[in-house]
Formats: sequence, C-alpha cells, structure tokens
Amino acid sequence: MADDIYVLIEHLQGNVTEMSYILLAAGRELAGGTHGELVGLLLGHNVNGLASNIAVNRILMIDHPALAEYTPDAYARAIETLLEQRAPRVVLLGETSIGADVAGGLSARLDIPHISLCRSLRVENDKLHFTSQICGGKILADGELPGPTCLVTLVPGAYKAEAGQGTSAPPIEAVKAPALDGLRVSLQGYLEPNTGDVDITREPILIAVGRGLQQEMNLELTQEIAEVLGGELCASRPVVDQGWLSTSRLVGKSGKHVKPKLYLALGISGAPEHTEGIGDPELFLAINTDSQAPIFEVAHYGAAVDLLDLVPVLTEKIKQVKGG
Amino acid sequence: MDIAVLLKLVPDLVEELEVDSTGKSLDTTFMRRIINEPDEHALEQALLIKEGSGGSVSVIGLDVADMDDVLFTAAAKGADRQIKLTGEFEHEPNNHDLARLFVSVLKGNPPDLILTGVQAHNDLDGAVGPLVAEYLGLPYVGYIAGVSVENGGITVFKEYTGGLVGELHVSLPAVLGIQSAEKPPRYVAVSKVRQAMKTTSLDERAALELDLSEAAAIERMFVPENGERAKMLEGDVEQVADQIVGLLKNTGVL
Ligand SMILES: Cc1cc2nc3c(=O)[nH]c(=O)nc-3n(C[C@H](O)[C@H](O)[C@H](O)COP(=O)(O)OP(=O)(O)OC[C@H]3O[C@@H](n4cnc5c(N)ncnc54)[C@H](O)[C@@H]3O)c2cc1C
Ligand SMILES: Nc1ncnc2c1ncn2[C@@H]1O[C@H](COP(=O)(O)O)[C@@H](O)[C@H]1O
Repeated sequence: MADDIYVLIEHLQGNVTEMSYILLAAGRELAGGTHGELVGLLLGHNVNGLASNIAVNRILMIDHPALAEYTPDAYARAIETLLEQRAPRVVLLGETSIGADVAGGLSARLDIPHISLCRSLRVENDKLHFTSQICGGKILADGELPGPTCLVTLVPGAYKAEAGQGTSAPPIEAVKAPALDGLRVSLQGYLEPNTGDVDITREPILIAVGRGLQQEMNLELTQEIAEVLGGELCASRPVVDQGWLSTSRLVGKSGKHVKPKLYLALGISGAPEHTEGIGDPELFLAINTDSQAPIFEVAHYGAAVDLLDLVPVLTEKIKQVKGG
Repeated sequence: MDIAVLLKLVPDLVEELEVDSTGKSLDTTFMRRIINEPDEHALEQALLIKEGSGGSVSVIGLDVADMDDVLFTAAAKGADRQIKLTGEFEHEPNNHDLARLFVSVLKGNPPDLILTGVQAHNDLDGAVGPLVAEYLGLPYVGYIAGVSVENGGITVFKEYTGGLVGELHVSLPAVLGIQSAEKPPRYVAVSKVRQAMKTTSLDERAALELDLSEAAAIERMFVPENGERAKMLEGDVEQVADQIVGLLKNTGVL
C-alpha cells in the first residue's frame, strides 16, 4: 500500500544482520508518520525461524532454494514483481554489500528513485524527508523522498538496533517466488573472517592507524606504543589495502566491529565507513593534523598534532609511568 | 578479455568543502578533485586481469577539469584506450542519466567486463554500476575485493560485514563494483605520464544528447554543525602527551 514501509531483512549464514534491526528501527519511526504498516521482506529457503524477533506488522516471505543465501541476481528478480504490484511508499535497505547491490538493480529495473547514504528519515506535514551524509560525512544533504515508491539505503548511526527487535514472531504471508532459472551469479562458498594472528573484536586496547601514517616504516612507532600499552594495532582501509597490516585488523563497514575500552585513532580522517565499526569505547582519542577532520565529531578527546611527533614522546612518557 | 573501466573525479576530502550560493550543491570554484579511490582499484584490477589472461583495458571518463591527467595516467599504467566523453558536465548529471550515457558508449563495442568503483562519496542517488548493468541486461556484483578468471566466467570475492567474504561465480559479460584490487594500485612516475601525454591520443566522443537537467532530490546541502565535538587537547607535543597520560590513568588503562 502507498503508506507502507518495507524493509529488506538481510541475513548471512543463518543469522539476521545487525543492520536489519537498525533498518527496522528506522522503518518503525517512518511507518508511525505515514500511518502505514511496517513490512519485512524475508527472502530465503526454510528461514521461518529467522522471523522470530523481527519487529514488524507482518512479513512477506519468498521461499526458494536459489534464495537460500544472498546473491544479487536472484534477490532483485525475486523482489521486482512484488514491489511493482504492492507499491509501498519506501523500501529500506542497508547501505551494505547486500542492500547497495539490490537497491541499484531495482532502481534500474523498475525505474524508481534510489536515495543512498541516508542517515535519517522523518515525516513532516505528511511529507517524507531524508538526510544523507556525503563526502565522508563532511556534508549533509536534505530533501523530500521522491515517490510514489522510493528505495533508500541507510547507513547506521541514527537508529538503535534494539528498537528493531521484537519479542514475538510476526504473521508471515508467503509470496510465490518467480521462476529463478538462468541465474548469472552463484555463491560458491564463504571464506571465514580472517582472524589472522589476532582477534581485534576482543581487544580492550586498540591503537588504530590510518593513511596519516604516511609510510609503512612508521608502523614501528605505532607498534611500540601498542606494546607498551598492552594493546593491538588495527587499521583503516587504505592501510590494509597497501598491505601494511593484514585485513584481520581492518575496522569498519567491511571490516570488524570492535568494542574496546580505549580507541586511539592515529591519522584517521573518520569516514563513516570506518567509524561505524567502532562501538562506544570508554576513552576515544584521536590525533589528526587537520582540526576539521570528521574523526573529531566522534572522538571524546582530540589533538591536532602530527602523529609522528607525538607518538615517540607519548610512548616514552607511558614507559616512565609503567616503569615507575 | 576486454575490460572497460569507468573513472570518476571526486572532491578531495582533505580540503575544506563549501556549499555554493544555491545552497543545494558544492562550491566547485576552488575545489580540488582527485580520482575516486575505488576507481583506482578498479583500474588496477583490470590491469592485473589483462596481465594474467590477456585482452585489453579501456578507460572512460567525462570531460571535466583534470580528467585528461587521469586518462593519461591510466595510459602510463598500461590502459590501451582512453575515451573522453565531451559535453556539458558543469553540473553532474544524475546517476540514471549518467548510466544511460555510459551505456550508449559501451554498446558500440561491448566489453566482456565493466569495472566501476563500488561507490563515490559525493552523490546520493545510488551507484552507476548496477544501473549500467541493468540497462545492458548484465549481472552486477559490488563490494568486490579480488577477481579471478576462469573458463567462461569469473570468480569474485565479495566483502560482507564483519570481514566475511563470499566467493561468487559470475557469468560474463558482467559489471562489477570494485572496492579493492588484489594488489595496491601501482605507482607510476610523473615522467611516464608526461611521455604518455605525448604518445597517446584521447578518443573523444560527443556525449549522447540527454536531458541531463533532472534535479536530484536535494533541497538543502550544508556542513554539519559542530555537535558533540571532541574536547581538543591544546599545547605542544609534550603538553598533549602529558594530558593523554592523564586520561589513560583516569580510565585505568595506565
Ligand atoms: C563501500 C565502502 C566500504 C568501506 N569500508 C571501509 C572499512 O571497513 N574501513 C575503513 O576504514 N574504510 C572503509 N572505507 C573507506 C572509507 O570511506 C575511507 O576512505 C577510509 O576510512 C579513509 O581512511 P583514512 O582515514 O586512513 O585515510 P584518509 O581519509 O586519507 O585520512 C588520513 C588522515 O590523516 C591525517 N594526517 C595526515 N598526516 C598526518 C600526520 N602526520 N599526523 C596526524 N594526522 C595526519 C589527515 O589529516 C587525514 O585526516 C569504505 C569505503 C566504501 C566506499
Ligand atoms: N561521472 C562519472 N564519470 C565516470 N565514472 C563514473 C561517474 N559517476 C559514476 N561513475 C562510476 O561509477 C562508480 C560509482 O560512483 P557513484 O555512482 O557516483 O557512486 C564510480 O566509482 C565510477 O566507476
């Protein structure tokens, strides 16, 4: 219906993703404003069990062996007709590896608009508005959500996953899957997260290094401070892409979600794709020569100094405290 | 395998960004643009595939300031063809129109594989990659960090949250959204780029006439107000270090 809010429930290897609950929390708020229903789209094979704590008015379930695990081709084809027939006001998807593929494909197939990098949604005077964050979080953009149906990919941050969790299983309406033959993308398997030498999700003290490190040889400095603090190094994407540290140490959207006691960010700009992986540290310190860097929007304390100057001095002082 | 790579210039985020007088778009007067980082990886991935299993690499960009440099740099790195689409691009077209534009060029000489960056940070109407794929009737897979070529298709490594990686088989032709190449993008010396400028000619094509006026849904663009900002530690490096030691003690880390 024209006021309904649909949410694509993401699941991988039999688990509903955290992002799905964040989408449900956002969808609930929005449905309150449109006076429509909040509807979960659950695609899979024998996945009734996954619906048990999904906080929606009802679930539309498409069951097919080809949907057992996510693949872009099958998902877009499975959802296409359904959206055309039911024309909800908004389809919420994650700004994730799953949601971005599916939204992009559907936007072209159905010729409907797609608003991406969305941070928050609200209803004002019966109109739906979005705020998206662009340019690494340095710029925000507001507008009215185009209609009649709009695809929205949401970034985490403004909504809490707990608000998307229910205590009882919602009613499920089974929707017949379209023919899903001739699929051009097939899953061969998963490579389990590389925990390598360390599991940073369990480390209470993390020293995070970014491109501000400038050269691989400067890792030594940060390695030393990590050692004297009894912590581990983790990194932003460019550091891992350069091969300076292994992917097991990547924090963020496509890396690990960490929840340390101390997060010391060195030379990291604070792009949303990085900061979404940092869960509420007790002490969050950021060192960045650019006093306007977005990392200072999320850190508790910051200093606009050169990390290469600061780190050796700080390491010495910590050694003194530890020694004395 | 013939590969096409779409290259985009985006605002350099190291610089301060400002909103123009319309209040709806970025002020481009002094804006410094750099190649979208994932596009650099897309080009690298294309070159790696060509080196491994033959074929050609064509790069495609719009005629905007600094694009020539980007195209010549790609040539110096090993791209075979550099296509520049000429037209009026002062205001960036929306992604649906852009995708149709790229499709009009790609159709003439259909590649086996089209690589785009997974995303560019400066627009909010989705990504061009999946749109190009659908308009060409091809499959799309994004968030890719690695591609291997085998008979009749490719295997791609797709990144999910938490470090989980999916291994997917994709039939060709196809479009991919590249996050990272298997290796860091190669470095190329300025002298080689200069040489490429002398020896390469850009393949300039007038962009298909499209109604590129359709405005995106943006009503207001703004720099976020400083909300809950970090408390800044002042002083020289010694003083900053002392304050940090104090904070570490207070939290029980020291
Ligand atoms: C789909 C997608 C998924 C992504 N997933 C992730 C992810 O999981 N994790 C991730 O980290 N990124 C991810 N990214 C990339 C992300 O958008 C940013 O590009 C990246 O986080 C930037 O890393 P950085 O802060 O190290 O580098 P930059 O943004 O280049 O910042 C470097 C910073 O160092 C500062 N600096 C420079 N020199 C010094 C010095 N001497 N001392 C102190 N400071 C200095 C600079 O002022 C600058 O702020 C993803 C992007 C996309 C599109
Ligand atoms: N104006 C453009 N010129 C060339 N390539 C583009 C352009 N816009 C998007 N692309 C391609 O599509 C990818 C995703 O960008 P975007 O659609 O802006 O998120 C980019 O990384 C490029 O590969």
